[in-house]
Amino acid sequence: MTTTHPAPAAGYLESLLAGRPMLPASAHASLNALRAEAVDRVGALTVPTVRDEEWRFTDLSPLTRQTFQPVRERVVREVADAGRFDLGEAASRLVFVDGVYAPELSRITANGPVVANLATADAAQGDLAARHLGRYAVFRDNVFAALNTAFVHDGALIFVPPASAAAVPVHLLFVARTKGAASYPRCLVVAGRASAATVVEDYVSLTDGPYFTDAVTEIALAEDASIDHVRVQREGGQAFHIGSGAVSLATGSRFRSVSVALGARLSRYNLAVEQAAEGASCTVDGLAVIGGRQLADTHTSIAHRKPRGVSRQLHKCIVGGAAHAVFNGKIYVHPHAQKTDSSQSSRNLLLGDRAQVDTKPQLEIFADDVKCAHGATVGRLDADALFYLRSRGLGDAAARSLLTYAFGAEIVDRIPLPSLRRQLEATLLAQTQLP
Amino acid sequence: MIRDGAKPLLEVRNLRATVNGVEILKGIDFTARLGEVHAIMGPNGSGKSTFAKVLAGHPAYTVTAGEVLYDGANLLALPPEERARAGVFLAFQYPVEIPGVGNSQFLRLAYNSVQAQRGKDELDPLEFDDFVREKMKLLEMNPEFLDRSVNEGFSGGEKKRNEVLQMALLEPKLAFLDETDSGLDIDALRVVAEGINRLSSPDNATVVVTHYQRLLNYIVPDYVHVMDAGRIVKTGGKDLALMLETRGYDWIDEEARAAASA
Repeated sequence: MTTTHPAPAAGYLESLLAGRPMLPASAHASLNALRAEAVDRVGALTVPTVRDEEWRFTDLSPLTRQTFQPVRERVVREVADAGRFDLGEAASRLVFVDGVYAPELSRITANGPVVANLATADAAQGDLAARHLGRYAVFRDNVFAALNTAFVHDGALIFVPPASAAAVPVHLLFVARTKGAASYPRCLVVAGRASAATVVEDYVSLTDGPYFTDAVTEIALAEDASIDHVRVQREGGQAFHIGSGAVSLATGSRFRSVSVALGARLSRYNLAVEQAAEGASCTVDGLAVIGGRQLADTHTSIAHRKPRGVSRQLHKCIVGGAAHAVFNGKIYVHPHAQKTDSSQSSRNLLLGDRAQVDTKPQLEIFADDVKCAHGATVGRLDADALFYLRSRGLGDAAARSLLTYAFGAEIVDRIPLPSLRRQLEATLLAQTQLP
Repeated sequence: MIRDGAKPLLEVRNLRATVNGVEILKGIDFTARLGEVHAIMGPNGSGKSTFAKVLAGHPAYTVTAGEVLYDGANLLALPPEERARAGVFLAFQYPVEIPGVGNSQFLRLAYNSVQAQRGKDELDPLEFDDFVREKMKLLEMNPEFLDRSVNEGFSGGEKKRNEVLQMALLEPKLAFLDETDSGLDIDALRVVAEGINRLSSPDNATVVVTHYQRLLNYIVPDYVHVMDAGRIVKTGGKDLALMLETRGYDWIDEEARAAASA
């Protein structure tokens, strides 16, 4: 099947940038400079089309047919509504409503890492941001990272002091509440030497209307640091969500990540993990559960640049209705990365005849003494398992739902917060109830 | 136990079935009455497992002729789950591994769906936990099997115990045990056989499908049937199993051929 995809209307990016004059200048000169640089870059880039290899399955024309503007007003009304997203384990919580920091909904405790809003960071925090912001999520060739950076203002800044271990997670909650809004969430996590922390990045919605989230998260781990990162995309059904994550791992550091995509009409998540030094390790797991006419696209890249790196990746998609899941997972093993130990698996469950998945695990190895494995499966519910459950009295629909749930639960179970696991398990159960 | 006047629970008449267009069952006649224990023996490929799966409602098999009455009603009209809720139980020859579904959750869902059908109270997770642990003791099963995924990583013997555990929970009226003895060492065989015997009553019927006479030392059948090429070719008492053990199946073939040419 061939369809033509016209180039996005000229001026689309300009229409998005038109919201910038509403943005206050930052107190930190370096931030203003970074923004200006990003604005220039947006001017030089275009919205990708399906003719771009990296976007061949994800047609952005539904996004570019609508325009979205940032919201500047502060709102406290929805306190009760946002309460259902509360995570009991989290000590500090930063809440952003339509991208605007909501101090009334946030709580910052001394228990755990240093947490601040980027826009109101003190001088020391501003210096930290200046040193790291934009360094990992390079926007040169990434128009959505450039756009996000052009709007960088409110955002989450997390600093884990060296040798500190925070047992309590930090919850970053991004709430969409306005139809037609564009928001540019930004997170920066800097983990000092031998520190440890857990960060939850959570995108939720209080509106059924269309809106646009363009998020960027940067995570830098110093030597022997350890970060658990959970990313939950549970946007509204008409939402557009584009997120970029960039992670840099120093010697002996450890990054564990679980990303879950449940919402949005169209979502794209790019995650790039750079093992910049020896002996780093990462676990990058993902789950997309979609139905109807949703599209969820996950592109990851893990670069092993130095010896003795370890990476593990399990990505799963559950696709119902006429939904479309995309997975592209690149693993690069550079020439100096001897003794790399890497495995990657893409497993996909199609629930109906109109559901579609495109998966491409991609291994590029330029070192000769490495252990690398990858694979992909696309299938339907196991007929023997289905019969087994039915032969024990479970109805057909209940048996299908249970098996579908179990497929996704393997990833949800890897989330280190019981309260979030319970929320997502309930969502998963509801979403896997078949007609 | 054979009793005069016992009600027929399962009546199979001229049952024929195919899989992928190949006929496997070629006219089975079989009756089990309440209180009886039957053994079905026969060489590999004779259709024993197919017979069991067709009765349980496996969708891969197509019934092309014949009828099956269960408690006087047409069993073949029911989907598998309704057969289970009506009291038909198949202990699988190869129990299926289901990663991600907790065994205790699975056992409870199965138990509750059958209880609901019988108009009895369903059990919540805590109540069920106490109940299932008692049943596990009888089968000398380690309770840690509750916390694992259904059959995942279980040894052959553990899977078979898990099948008999399900039978103990569901208390079927008609239990079909397909090669439940295979993969069991002699101690496990004794425990499992005792479990099955304990469940046998005048209100149900048990059919064991087996290759080996060994099992029948523990579960003493009222009838032994020999299947060959998709049909039951001989029926006798428990002594028939001993004859099969010493003489093999060939003499039955010859007898059948002689009968056919006579």
